Amino acid sequence: MNSAVVQRTGVLFADWMANWGRVVLDGVETVGAMTLFAWKTLRWMLAKRPPPESLWPNLYQVGVLSLPVVALTGTFIGMVLAVQSHFQFSQLGLESRLGAVINMTLVRELGPVLAATMLAGRVGGAMAAELGTMRVTEQIDALDSMGANPIHYLVVPRVLACLFLIPTLTVMADFMGFVGGYGYSVAILGIDEHYYLYNSEQFVEAFDLFAGLFKSFFFGAAIAIVSCYRGFHCRPGAEGVGHAATSSFVISFVLILMLDLFLGILLDSFYYTVWPQGASLF
Amino acid sequence: MMLTDSNTDVNQPLLHLQHIRVRFGSYTVLRDFTLEIPRGQTLAIIGESGCGKTVLLKSMIGLVRPEQGKVWFNGLELQQLNEQELTRERIKIGFVFQQAALFDSMTIGQNVAFPLRHHVRMNAAEIPSHVVDRLAEVGLPSHVVLKKPVELSGGMRKRVGLARALILDPELVLYDEPTTGLDPIMSDVINELIIRTRSRYTVTSVVVTHDMRTARKVADRIVMLTPVDQLKDGESQIIFDGPPSELERIQDPRVGQFVRGEAGSRLTEVLH
Repeated sequence: MNSAVVQRTGVLFADWMANWGRVVLDGVETVGAMTLFAWKTLRWMLAKRPPPESLWPNLYQVGVLSLPVVALTGTFIGMVLAVQSHFQFSQLGLESRLGAVINMTLVRELGPVLAATMLAGRVGGAMAAELGTMRVTEQIDALDSMGANPIHYLVVPRVLACLFLIPTLTVMADFMGFVGGYGYSVAILGIDEHYYLYNSEQFVEAFDLFAGLFKSFFFGAAIAIVSCYRGFHCRPGAEGVGHAATSSFVISFVLILMLDLFLGILLDSFYYTVWPQGASLF
Repeated sequence: MMLTDSNTDVNQPLLHLQHIRVRFGSYTVLRDFTLEIPRGQTLAIIGESGCGKTVLLKSMIGLVRPEQGKVWFNGLELQQLNEQELTRERIKIGFVFQQAALFDSMTIGQNVAFPLRHHVRMNAAEIPSHVVDRLAEVGLPSHVVLKKPVELSGGMRKRVGLARALILDPELVLYDEPTTGLDPIMSDVINELIIRTRSRYTVTSVVVTHDMRTARKVADRIVMLTPVDQLKDGESQIIFDGPPSELERIQDPRVGQFVRGEAGSRLTEVLH
């Protein structure tokens, strides 16, 4: 190998390292900036009531307009769970336990994650695009120039709307998933209604519902903070707004799954510490 | 509704920028920039695109925070103020944005009433009449209050932006490219409104513009900036500072070229 090739390889390696270094630094900077943004939001949430003219439209947007889509997807997920679980459970002769597995999965995992995913897609993307457009057209600067803090006026109402309404959406997803799973299992798969409901009642505990709702608060906060942050730090132009909307969904979705894992571990540890016997499906 | 405090020294400049430096990444926009604006003056800031005019305007109200240097407004250093104090000072400044920056989600009436609702203890029933009065001052009929910003033309939006900026009787009005994108007649309407605003409310005004007609017509004093990357070491970013009548007499070819709107050597730079 001659020295020119060695030198060129060295340069390429240095460039590669520099690029990765830049990516890591950018990532650390973004996480730091997002944490500061969340901290400022929390301070404003505690310091001053949110402006009603900004809060109510956000509550309507997040709560009322998201209900139909969450209900619809919840119903289908319940039915899909019935279809997928039935074959495996029938092989073991445990069809009557279908209600337990469907409803446990719904209230602990799929209900909260599904509601949060729908919220991230339907509301988070819209928030990032709206705030991004406001940044690009100097509306956020205009708020600041008129002595209205943009975090208090724009971010706090959105975060509160997500925080307070995501549990409601989760309950809706759980309920419609229950209806879908029950309907499909009983009416189409012919599972005995009594055993379906009895097993659901036996194995799904109040703690499972609590765990789902507890997680949903964190999902809601993550969606709102990420979406508002991306909107506030939007790059100029239509491309910048599009990027803010897309990246807010992608980051929110990844965060939802990461939080789901860590909160799941935390809640399970808590549960088995307090109730060491636990509950068993079999 | 008077928000201005009376314990200010009328002899001190209303706004004083002292050795400010603003940088975005590695790109320096303002370098060691110093400027004083006396009360009651109408200052036009001119210069080619990218020379930092809008950044300078935003530094005056704290929307852009200089990396170095100080900005004094009414004898108070903006960087030293806490959130509440800064808000108290900001509402003494009206900002007319380049594209008006009206809130899309609100009607025109709500847009103009926004500062009133946030900063003035006023009976809600009195607000609409104030809004209509301000809109009338900029030549807009009362029925526009129910329209959304997208339903108005560019000139009407700029006039709404001016009405919103004036609603709290500011001491200082900052105009960012007030005539950009308007036809010549509407540009002149805006120029006249700037002049009328000054004579009616005795405000101090800073007008950032490319439009030499506007600069000559409205300003008592013109300051011309040049981009930092075109400066020699130690050279001031201000290449002209004086009354409009002095513009023609200045020897600096950069000033003459801008004032006359000649491409000159820049054409060669752009094409190569």
